[in-house]
Amino acid sequence: MLSIKNLQAKIGDKQILNGINLEVKPGEVHAIMGPNGSGKSTLASVLAGREEFEVTGGEVVYNGKDLLEFSPEDRAREGVFLAFQYPVEIPGVSTINFMKTAVNQIRKYRGQETLDAVSFLGLMKEKMKLVEIDQSLLNRSLNEGFSGGEKKRNEIFQMAMLEPKLSILDETDSGLDIDALKIVAGGVNKLRSSNNSTIVVTHYQRLLEYIVPDFVHVLYKGKIVKSGGKELALELEAKGYDWIKDEVAVA
Amino acid sequence: MSTAITSKSLSEIIGSFSAAEFPEATASRQQAIRILESKGLPAGKNEEYRFTPITRAVENVFTWKTQNTPTEITSIDPFLIEGLDANVLVFVNGKFSQSLSKIISPENEINVKSLREAFDKDRELVDSYFNKLVSPETDSFAALNTAFWQDGLLVHVPANTVVEKPLLLLHISDAANAQVVAHTRLLAIIEAGSKLSIVEKFDTTGEQASLHTFTEEIEIKENAALEYCKIQNDSGKAYQVINTNIRQADSSRVDTFTLTLNGQIIRNNFAITIAGEKCESHFNGLYMLTGNTLGDNHTVVDHQKPNSFSNEMYKGVLDGNSKGVFNGKIFVRPNAQKTNAFQSNRNIALSSNAAINTKPQLEIWADDVKCSHGCTIGQLDEEAMFYLQSRGIDKSTAQAMMLYAFTAETLNTISNETVKHYVDSLISERLHKNF
Ligand SMILES: Nc1ncnc2c1ncn2[C@@H]1O[C@H](COP(=O)(O)OP(=O)(O)OP(=O)(O)O)[C@@H](O)[C@H]1O
Ligand SMILES: [Mg+2]
Repeated sequence: MLSIKNLQAKIGDKQILNGINLEVKPGEVHAIMGPNGSGKSTLASVLAGREEFEVTGGEVVYNGKDLLEFSPEDRAREGVFLAFQYPVEIPGVSTINFMKTAVNQIRKYRGQETLDAVSFLGLMKEKMKLVEIDQSLLNRSLNEGFSGGEKKRNEIFQMAMLEPKLSILDETDSGLDIDALKIVAGGVNKLRSSNNSTIVVTHYQRLLEYIVPDFVHVLYKGKIVKSGGKELALELEAKGYDWIKDEVAVA
Repeated sequence: MSTAITSKSLSEIIGSFSAAEFPEATASRQQAIRILESKGLPAGKNEEYRFTPITRAVENVFTWKTQNTPTEITSIDPFLIEGLDANVLVFVNGKFSQSLSKIISPENEINVKSLREAFDKDRELVDSYFNKLVSPETDSFAALNTAFWQDGLLVHVPANTVVEKPLLLLHISDAANAQVVAHTRLLAIIEAGSKLSIVEKFDTTGEQASLHTFTEEIEIKENAALEYCKIQNDSGKAYQVINTNIRQADSSRVDTFTLTLNGQIIRNNFAITIAGEKCESHFNGLYMLTGNTLGDNHTVVDHQKPNSFSNEMYKGVLDGNSKGVFNGKIFVRPNAQKTNAFQSNRNIALSSNAAINTKPQLEIWADDVKCSHGCTIGQLDEEAMFYLQSRGIDKSTAQAMMLYAFTAETLNTISNETVKHYVDSLISERLHKNF
């Protein structure tokens, strides 16, 4: 599905990613953890095609194609989805109108017929149930005045609408109350299949109790410095990052 | 004020006007000509016209040799707003056309007639209000207009009357056969407790250049309300200078919207005098310019009495080689305590060749007031663009979405759904909206 080799990226003069290696196979869930400022969101942005970041080395192969060659919109159309850590507020554009445009542009790219208003609404109703999001929220301007939790729920609603192959969830758990966390995680799990993969960026073990990862990686100073199974997350929860930082310092 | 226009051009302009044909308002015409002769038209050094070289155009583009040729326009259908049930008042090349106009409101709701006719039939109104709000001294184009106006409209709404149907003013320049120079007027009085909605459109047909000066004087009496919408989507060879002067009496309300989309040089001098207490004024503007269009909005809000509220919101989207100018003056006179006056002017430049000059000018002499202003010039928010693109939306659609959203709130001062829908369609067309 996704093969990242020695990926390096910078913004301005600041080097942020320093050689990332990651293999994600279909059906797998990978968790990425790591201290604040280590480069997790940067990695997510680079994968989604944010042009602010300049890739200075390495490669990313996605389903046999050079992902870095694609525009952000084409990546989405190829099945990459990023749930933002900080979803952007866009006054004046309703979520419904925005999603209808997105769904139909993606369908067009994939050679599918575009949806008329009725079938779009049908699809929307179905996906709304999945994350238990209210239509009144979707009638409003995109994320404008949404609570932190509502924004995150809206991200997963969009993910459900676009049916991606590779989903990157950047701290989707932050800002969610306990019930909402269960609902959102439940939504993500329902969308999981043997054909699609998920990268979950999180600081907390709690989310991983619901979205159980196959692998856990620690990103530190722009590199993956440790990988393991789901028990690594428990260990981090108990011990923090100091021991890993020490290991890196020694090596 | 410096004189740019040569005396030769000026005498040509004056010579092209046959005073005998326009016997109305002779004294004010002559006075305006004297002002013109002494001040000329504003040149590059004139602070108020620094960025707007319309005088040069007047001199270079227009020959002033021809009287406006007779028009061949027989139908106004292309200029109407679809579905708008309105009183339609039509000017072609500066002349009021009775045959193309149509008044549907009952006579007891509104008195509308050609201004020249009003000099005959509504002398009292004319004597009380004509040339009272406009000052040929402060703007030479107002002087030009005051000297040479060919016709205009008198609008009088009696007290406590809601005029159900809006007035649609169509200013048509038929430049198919020759250049057009037109000078027109509006004199509107909305008496106490009454309500009126005015929509203005400006259209030039044909390939030749057109110059239109339009001077408006609108009196809004106690508890009266005006909704005003101006749509400037003219041809690429159209030059306009519009002086709009509105005066509000106690507890009156004004909502305005000025849309500038097309033309060569469009200059709006827009002034609201808040001469009463407890007034409310909302005036919005949107200019979305492309090509070589220059759109200039000079606005003045003059708070003369206490306890009023004004909110000004102008936005600009500038593409191609276009140029936007915004100047917003707010005066709060010593007596105008408890004034709330807000102003914002936000601009988005889409091309590096587009230019914007924006300048707020607040002069506040009262101490117990709330005033704020903000001018910004920026590009589209990159993060928001990325967000939209990351959902599979192509860049140009994402841009259109963002711009559409950016412009939306300026339409809040339009309450007529048909007008709003029409304005929305013009904006959508400009943005190639496909969502
Ligand atoms: N636009 C930017 N300009 C300058 N520096 C940036 C920019 N974006 C990110 N950085 C820097 O890059 C580093 C990595 O940031 P990033 O957001 O990827 O961290 P993170 O691992 O996601 O952190 P967190 O856990 O706090 O979300 C930080 O030091 C951050 O300040
Ligand atoms: Mg982050």
